[in-house]
This record gives sequence, structure tokens and C-alpha cells, in this order.
Amino acid sequence: MTTTIIWTIVAVTLMGLLLAVVLYLVAKRFKVEEDPRIDEVEKVMPGANCGGCGFAGCRAFAQSCVEAPNLDNNFCPVGGNEVMKKVAAVLGMEVTEKAPMVAVVRCNGTCENRPKTNEYSGYQSCKVKAALYSGDTGCPFGCLGCGDCVAACQFGALSMDPVTGLPVVDEEKCTGCGACVKACPKNIIELRNKGPKGRRVFVSCVNKDKGAVARKACKAACIGCGKCEKECPFGAITVENNVAYIDFNKCRLCRKCVVVCPTGAIHDVNFPAPAQKPAPKPAPKPAAAETPAAAKSVPVTETPAEEKQVAEKPAAENNEKNKEHQI
Amino acid sequence: MNKVLVSPSPHIHADVSTAGIMRDVVIALLPSVAVSIVYYGWSSVMLLAVSVITCILVEYLVTRFLLKSPSTIGDWSAAVTGVLLALNLPPACPWWVAMIGAIFAIGVVKMTFGGLGQNLFNPAIAARVFLLVSFPVAMTNWARPAGFINVDATSGATLLGTVKEGLAKGDTLSQIFAANDFSYLQTLFVNIGGSAGEISAIAILIGFIYLLARKVIRPHITLSIWATVIVFSGIFWLINPDQYTDPLFNLLTGGVLLGSVFMATDYVTSPMSTRGGIVFGVGIGLLTMLIRYFGSYPEGVSFAILIMNSVVPLINKAFKQKKYGRA
Amino acid sequence: MKKTFSIGGVHPNDSKIAAGSKIETLPLPKTVFISMNQHLGAPAKPTVAPGDRVKTGQIIGEPGGFISAYVHSSVTGTVKSVGPYKDLAGNYAVHVEIAVEPDEWMDGIDTSATLVKEIPEDRQFIVDRIKNNGVVGLGGATFPTHVKLCPPPEKKAECLILNGAECEPYLTSDYRIMLEQSEKIVIGAAIMKKVLGVSRAVIGIEENKPEAVSKMSAAVASLQSSAKGYDGIEVMVLKKKYPQGGEKQLIDAVMHRQVKSMGLPIDVGAVVQNVGTSLAVYDAVQKNMPLITNVLTVTGTCLPASRQKNYLFRIGVPLSFIAEYDGGIPEEAVKVVSGGPMMGKAISNMEATALKGSSSLLYLTEEQTARKPESNCIRCGKCVEACPMGLEPYLLNKLARNNMMDDLEQNAIQDCIECGCCLYSCPANIPLLDVIRVAKGEVIRAMRARTAPKK
Repeated sequence: MTTTIIWTIVAVTLMGLLLAVVLYLVAKRFKVEEDPRIDEVEKVMPGANCGGCGFAGCRAFAQSCVEAPNLDNNFCPVGGNEVMKKVAAVLGMEVTEKAPMVAVVRCNGTCENRPKTNEYSGYQSCKVKAALYSGDTGCPFGCLGCGDCVAACQFGALSMDPVTGLPVVDEEKCTGCGACVKACPKNIIELRNKGPKGRRVFVSCVNKDKGAVARKACKAACIGCGKCEKECPFGAITVENNVAYIDFNKCRLCRKCVVVCPTGAIHDVNFPAPAQKPAPKPAPKPAAAETPAAAKSVPVTETPAEEKQVAEKPAAENNEKNKEHQI
Repeated sequence: MNKVLVSPSPHIHADVSTAGIMRDVVIALLPSVAVSIVYYGWSSVMLLAVSVITCILVEYLVTRFLLKSPSTIGDWSAAVTGVLLALNLPPACPWWVAMIGAIFAIGVVKMTFGGLGQNLFNPAIAARVFLLVSFPVAMTNWARPAGFINVDATSGATLLGTVKEGLAKGDTLSQIFAANDFSYLQTLFVNIGGSAGEISAIAILIGFIYLLARKVIRPHITLSIWATVIVFSGIFWLINPDQYTDPLFNLLTGGVLLGSVFMATDYVTSPMSTRGGIVFGVGIGLLTMLIRYFGSYPEGVSFAILIMNSVVPLINKAFKQKKYGRA
Repeated sequence: MKKTFSIGGVHPNDSKIAAGSKIETLPLPKTVFISMNQHLGAPAKPTVAPGDRVKTGQIIGEPGGFISAYVHSSVTGTVKSVGPYKDLAGNYAVHVEIAVEPDEWMDGIDTSATLVKEIPEDRQFIVDRIKNNGVVGLGGATFPTHVKLCPPPEKKAECLILNGAECEPYLTSDYRIMLEQSEKIVIGAAIMKKVLGVSRAVIGIEENKPEAVSKMSAAVASLQSSAKGYDGIEVMVLKKKYPQGGEKQLIDAVMHRQVKSMGLPIDVGAVVQNVGTSLAVYDAVQKNMPLITNVLTVTGTCLPASRQKNYLFRIGVPLSFIAEYDGGIPEEAVKVVSGGPMMGKAISNMEATALKGSSSLLYLTEEQTARKPESNCIRCGKCVEACPMGLEPYLLNKLARNNMMDDLEQNAIQDCIECGCCLYSCPANIPLLDVIRVAKGEVIRAMRARTAPKK
């Protein structure tokens, strides 16, 4: 009995040793020679393998960083400037800082704003739905609401709001990788500058229909009236194909456009107080509008009450939402 | 027109559903259930009740508390497993063995793989083999409890077991048959011993015809098992009729009929294509006969099905449907 | 033994409720919107401007590419606008809006009822007539007919197959024209046979239309005995099985040949045309009549028998106008389908207008058409059994949901003909085709992108 046990132990140990040697030899024999810096760079990467940088994964990105003469064409949107600094340190290269980006959903066609005209009953995927028809509302440009963007997000930064039927971006979690932008068949989601303190202004609509048609389909549609374009002191707004677009590189966050927009299609987020029309005429002082004190001190306006309400309501809602996410 | 539905084509659906199919399988099992109740009486009723109720309960509990997903007991698949398991047990087996088998079938074999459609092995067969290994005494006690027509409980073995024992002792088949008063007519209507579902070939065949008529199954798997059993045993029987049982005997006794009609044809654990199904059937037939003739167990259907279940993914890859326009 | 295709297929209830209704001519609405996108390929370019007066049969759009077609005005009147208008899926396409006045036909169009049996000798003349009169395939895909009838010179056509299978349930428009216009269809077939230079033409009709079989056979016999150029035309009775009318399936059934993956019917010497196309070819060649009308079935189980109709409509008529003329959309209907229930399109915009290829307004009730919730795949293999292309829809569905493009291509997703048999027969209600259709598009795009630089 005892001998059996001893022999078993000896045999198993020997077998283990033998296999270890084989494994060692195989590992030696088939070792792939690689630049060791790739490993080092990979270590500082976020490791999400999201593909937001344009490479298949973090390792491919690291390899490209090592092989490239400089880091100008490589940027990890997830890790942002911090990770890029680390990468630069590992490789002894320079890196230029990039402004952080965030995904922005440019549709405000909530169930209330944009009534349904039919009911979709196929596979719940925006891709499938978009291939079939223009959608279950009168607006052929807006969000289809099946959540392909939510499924594409690896960081849990997107969720469908059951009340509005629209996706909501959690700014804290969004890394600006752009996966949702690619997933959206309607090209509604855009990566925009996150802005100072997360403050930014954007047109929450991509409807290219003529004003009356767009408005009939959705109460919050951009009708391409051009008021914002005229109002903008910085030439940041262009109206093309009946829809306004704010160039975030030119926008100085004065929020005059938010006030003049008749449908409330222009959204401002993370501002401490709702946008109000500044005193008429005097030369525009964009800085003034940004501080809450100044904004409050400005006397209330000649804008018709109804129109103003329309403009304020969605903005206020948005502020609420963003606050929630920050907590 | 109160609402407008829009979906991709096709816009109509055949009158088939998972629940309907499973219900048909239960209906097809009813003749065998009836025979077993009439012949084995209350003990059979008890096994059926314990097995079915446990299966359904376990599935419900797992979906409710572990998977936290919608309950799937409405699709009748748990009921099918319950009935099949009960029909696979020796009639004198204690109720708690049935219960353990049912828990194993649903809890381990089916739900750990993700529920209906995901399991690699047929739950009822896997549970039977599990019980056979775990409770060899209870699972090979072929005592026949009192039924409604044979009011006296008797002890005994299965035909296959008797043959195996006799051959081991050195008797010839004709001696064994003579000693046991064997006739083919018996196997057709009420067999002299065996698990509850195996005792009547006619009852199983009625179920088979029902399944074919309702287009629940196609006959290719079943027929290829029969053909293999007949050819294989035929060759050996022709060589030595004293040592090897004849084809008809092998087809009608033991679990070949029950297994080939109800277990090997299980959608989930059988190949997709017709060609694959035939390969699968031939494999089961061969393995069954190899175990019967040369193995230590008198019966091999369960093992054969289980082994072939494990290679179904390979069969699915190797034997695909013939494609249009591709040689 | 009646012939049919060799792989897969399903047997939906044929529901040909409107089969007994004679073709009626639909009146003209006040305004028509004629789409420039009524065919496969590049949209036509409008050649008229607002304010222009157009006559019935006048060209209002010219081909926008090699694979494209002429579009003609279906009415006489004044062009009110040229611009985007929503199609039945709510997407914009360029339409020409015309205010309708009493008909005034273009010169050169023979509107008389005389049957012209003599087939023109000049092939080029025939092809030009077909092209200039905007004839496109009316079996569903609306592929420009003149392109199909002019295969590249290295490929030789051997057999013309006329598709009278009408395997889609409910549809009866092809059946009605086979009954009422049988001779014209046979003449159209003889014309196409002449262009292709083939000796054989087969008119395939499913066994559930015995009257069409006898009418067509009689027409073939009478033309063969009374005029030249009708030899080699035969009527073939096919088993009833969906999708018999699929081009590849029909070739398999009639010629026992299979088109290679990504290949064209002409590769195996076949050219398939719908019976409706054949009728349009007759009109275009013998009468110089452009394709501005077609027959459409208004049907559905929720529609009373008196309203089951087959209408001869002019292209550009709003679908809502057709529905209203027929007595409105029934209350119980939840879906209106343009085309058959297996491959047709659900209409989300009834203001869209009828096209050259419109074949029906099919009303379906919630019970008939509502998708049931998806459950687990039970690997029953019914989709594999049903697929007429021998594919494995359950596998393609799984691969597509995981975006495995290479595996999808290896498993031949690009061969899918979108017939719907898989989804139709799935007991777990898995939206197989929904997923596969979109993935197929992506795979084919990827394949084209790969081969494009080489050329």
C-alpha cells in the first residue's frame, strides 16, 4: 500500500517536471521577438480594447505608437491626455494635449415632441430598422430608439431613457471613443468638445426637412430659420440644408442662440442658470453671460413669454439630468 | 386601422411554436406513459409525478432566482424532460432517486448551459446515466411492482441483463431464451422487464407515428439508428447465432426504440442537417451494439446517445446541408 | 411528376382570395406623383420642369446610368413640381408631380385593341422599343428588362423562362393577366425569345392555377398554328412550393441547373422574366406603349369578398387613392403590405404612390402579422430545412449578432435570397431574416470593396 502511494507521488512529480521542461523548451523555441517597449506602452493603456483609437485593440495601438516617428497621429480617446503623457514618457516623445471629447446625441425627438406615426415590430436594432424604412415617426432623420449606440458602448456611458425614448450620455463615463458614432445609422451622435466645466452648446437636431415639415413632425426640430446664425457674434453657426450646426471650435458659449431659437432645438448643458437674453444692443460680452451672477443680473427681456418657455424647458431638463449623473 | 405595424418581411408566420412542439412530444409519450401506469401501477404514477413536478419546479426556481430571467416553464420543455426521465427509470426505483435525477437533469445538464437550446447533452439521458453511476443498486433493481393488471409484485431482470448473465455463464442463447420463456410478441406489447418507458414497443411506435404526422421530427435519425442496429447485429448473428442476439431482439428490447424515437431526435442535442443526422444515428447504433455485445453493461443506448451528443458540434461543422449552386 | 426546386422551401396557405375578380380599370386621381426611382439601379433623371405640359406616355425621366430606365408620364396634364417626395418607406425620392387632365396620348402609341401577332425581325428595333418604353422586370426586383435581354456576347442564353409561378400567397395579378391577356403574354415571350436567339421558352405555372395553365396552353397552341416564331414555347406545370418564383429556384425547377454563388442566371444559359414583364414587352414592342400601367391586387382576409379586387392602375397614383376607391382600409387591418406577405414591403406612408412594380395592397390583421416575442433557439433545424439556398439561418443569425464577418462569408450569407422561409418557419420566433438581411448587405459590400481595387 505505502509503496503504491510513494510510487504514485514519484511518478506524478516526474511527469510534472518533464512537462515543465517541455513547456520551457517550447516557449523558448517559439518565442516571438518583439520590441519590449510595446509591452511597456501596453501596460499604461486603459486595456479596454474598444478600438476608439482606430486600431484593433490596445496592443495594436501600442505597437503603432512604438513604430511611429511621433505621436501626432496616435491618440487614445479613452485614456485621454494623461495616458498619452505616460505613453510619451515611455517612448521619450513629445505629445500635444487634445481637448477632451464627449458624445452628444443630436436629437430631441422625445415621445412628446415627436409623436409616433406607426409601430415598428421587427428585430430591435437601429441598423435593421434604418434599412427597412424612415422610422416610426414623421421625422425621417431622428433617433430610431432601438439602442444600437447603447450596445456599442463598452463603458456603460449610454442608456436609453424610457420616458423620452432617446439615448442619454453619462458624461462621467463617456470616453469619447466614438463607437456610438459609428453605430448610429442616422448619424445623430457626434463627438464634441467637452467644454470648460463640461459646458457646451449644440443643436440637438439633424432634420434636413424644410421648416414647416420638420416642425410638423417634431416640436423640437431645428427649422433652419437662421435666427441663431444671425445672432451668433462669432460666426460659429451655419445653416445648411435647413439645419443649423454650431462649430464647437468657434463657439464661445455666449448662449445667445439658445435664447433666440424658436423651437428650443439648441441645447446648453452644465450651465448653472438658464440662458437669458442679454440686454439689447450693447456690444456683446461673451464672458458676461458665462458667470451666473451676470446672467441673473440681466433684466428680463422682451422675448414673448411662450417662445422663451419653449427655449428654456429642454435646457433646464438637460441640466437636471447631467446633475444626476454627476452625483 | 387603429394602429399601423411596420416590420421587415416576411409578414406571416407558420403555425409553429416551441411550446406546441414540446406539447406534441408529451402527447406522443402518452401511450408509453399509459402502458407503464397500467403495468407498474402506483409506483409508476409516483415516479412520473415526482419527476415532472421537480423538473418544472427546478426550471422555475433557476430562472426566477439564479438567472433572473423570464420564466421558461411555459414552453413545456421541462415537462418533456420530466416525463422522459420517469420513463427511463426502473419501476421500483425510490421516489427520491427520481427527484435527484430531475434536479440534475434541469439544474445541471440544462440550465447551467443557459437553458433550452443551449445544453450539449440530452437532460433526461444525462440524468439517467448520472443516476446509474451514482445509485447503481437502485438503478439496476428490476423488480416489478404490482400494477393494475399484474397484481403481484415480482422480482426479475431485464431481458438484456438475463442474456448477458447467461452468456457470461457459458449458456447459449437458445438455452437462455428457452429458460426464460421468451417471445417476440411480448416485446411488442408488454415486455417482461425494463424501465417504465421501454416495456412496450407498440406504444413507442404509436408516439413515433404521431410525431412524424405532426412533422415534429423527421425520420432520418431514428431510421438510421434502427438500420445500424439491424445491420450490425445481423452480421454478428449470422456469424454466430448462439453468442450474438438477433437483429429483431436488439431492436425491440431495451432502450433502442425509446432512445431512437424520443431521445436521439431531441432537437437541441442532435445535428442540424439531414446528412449530419444520419451520421449521428449510425454512431448511436454502432456504439449501442458495441456496448451490448462487448461492454460490461447489458444496455448501451444511453451511453451511445450521450457520447454522440458530445460530438454534435463537430458533426454540425463537418456535415452541412447541401448548398444551392455550390458543389 | 411535376417539377420543383430541389432544396428547402415552405408551403404557406396560398390564400388566393382575389383570384376570381376580373381586372378593373382604376379611375384617375386629381394629381399623380411619378417616382424617378421605380427600378433597380440608378434613379432616372427628370427631363421636365414645373409648368411643362405633358401628354400620356411622354418621357419625363431618362436613365441615370447603364442600369436604369426611362420613366414616362402616365397621365396628361401640367407638371406642378419636381422634387423629393416620400416613398412607401418614408424615404425621399425624386418625384414628378402632375395635375391630371383628360388623356391625350403621345403620337405613335397604338391604343387600339387589335392583337399584333407578327414579331419584328430587327433585334435592335425590339431592344430599343423595350428600352425606350421603360420596361422593367415586374416580378419584384424591377431590373431593367433591356439590360437583361442583352447579355454580354461571351455568354450564351439557351432558355427563356417565363415566371408565372406567383408563389407568394394572396397575390393574383399575374394569375389574372394569364387568364385575360394570355395571347399577349405568349407574344411577349416570343419577342424576347427572338431577341435572345434561344430556341426554347418555358412558361412555368404552379399547379394551384389550373385555369391559367389551360388558358396559356391554349394561347400557345393557337399562336403556334396561326403565326411564325412561336415554336419551342411550352407551358410547364410546377409543384406548389414557395419560393418557386425565385429566379434561382425556377431555373433549378425548369432546367435542373444551379446558378453559382454570386453568379447570374445567364451563366447557366437561363434568362428569367415575369409574365407581367412579358405583357409589358408586348405592349412596348407591338404597340409602342410605354410601361405606365400595371395590375395590382387589393386583398386580405379582413376585406369583404366584394372588395377583393385586381385593378389596372396608372403609375404615380397615390396608394391611399387606391385604398379609398376600394372602400378604405379595413378597421381590423394593422399592416398594409405592398407585394406578397413573404417578401413584400410594409407600407408606413400611404401617401406614397404606385410604382411600375407595385403588385398589391395586402391588408393583414394583428393576429396574422404581429411578431411574437423571441425565445431561445431550440436548434430544431426547421430554418435549415426551409432555406431554399441550403444555408443555415440559425448559424448566420448567431454570427451576425456577433459581427463575425469572415465566418458569415464562409457560411455563404451572400447567397441569401431574402425569401423569408427561415423566419416563417422558426418556432422560437427568432427574427432570423431581419438580422441576416442587414449582415448580408455588409458582407457583400466588404466583398466588393475587396475586389474593387484589383479591377
